[in-house]
Amino acid sequence: MLKLYDTELSSRLLLGTARYPSPAVLSEAVKRSGTGIVTVSLRRETSGGKTGGAFFELVRELGVRILPNTAGCHSASEAVLTAKMAREVFGTKWIKLEVIGHHDSLQPDVFELVQAARILTDEGFEVFPYTTDDLIVGEKLLAAGCRVLMPWCAPIGSAAGPRNPSALTAMRAAFPDVPLIVDAGLGRPSHAATVMELGYDAVLLNTAVAMAGDPPAMAEAFAKATDAGRLAYLAGMLEARDMAVPSTPVIGKAVFS
Amino acid sequence: MNFIVNGEARVLDAATLADLLETLEYEGEWLATAVNGDLVHREDRADTRLADGDRIEILSPMQGG
Repeated sequence: MLKLYDTELSSRLLLGTARYPSPAVLSEAVKRSGTGIVTVSLRRETSGGKTGGAFFELVRELGVRILPNTAGCHSASEAVLTAKMAREVFGTKWIKLEVIGHHDSLQPDVFELVQAARILTDEGFEVFPYTTDDLIVGEKLLAAGCRVLMPWCAPIGSAAGPRNPSALTAMRAAFPDVPLIVDAGLGRPSHAATVMELGYDAVLLNTAVAMAGDPPAMAEAFAKATDAGRLAYLAGMLEARDMAVPSTPVIGKAVFS
Repeated sequence: MNFIVNGEARVLDAATLADLLETLEYEGEWLATAVNGDLVHREDRADTRLADGDRIEILSPMQGG
């Protein structure tokens, strides 16, 4: 079973709540995914609290854990304040820490990220850092108190899939006991299966489900692919070979000429 | 007094943060507030006195990835 901080979860899929065609489709996708965790954000409220209130109600009715994010923050101080405001609203110590370094690539600013992770851990938060696949940054985040790492596999929303599987493999090997979640860049269920086969503990996705033609069906497809990848990792896969190897035994074959 | 509320310049008659929320008809236990970059807890809003030029952020839950 997946354990994130002190919480055990049966699903290895975390789902974002943005960009769905309607609240009803979002709810259905969350149910079909079987996820135990959804991500949410905080934004400026302009209509006296009504917009946020309706969404808050919807999310609470889903009955799953809430992982607020600091999406859109570009500095440690901004991310820290957003995290504190999220804790006030959602009543959780969990925070998906995003500190964005560039508005086009949405690449994490890992320097500010590590700094924010340290401050938030000291303040009692349980930090889920959105990071790159850099091993030294991973080490610094763990030293800052993070007990989960969430590397990207491609830019946010790109649907490109794992761009650098060997870096993900190296990260798995470097941190064998740390829950690793691929966050960002997954586009297809096969991408989720691939990173799970590499030994990743879970996947976090949003756009690939929300923008699909049928988001609830895609949510289920991702859930199955995630489970299949995990099962395959545990079952032990063959290494690829260059030459053919007959699967039917050669011994005892009849000789006709 | 002059305030910047969620990035917009506003002229409002509000002595405390709680007054400001009431004046602007904000309601709901899901709101988070900050004044000049510091979080103000729900229970402290009535005691948080505002000054001319204060920057106030009022946030609420939104969809996110």
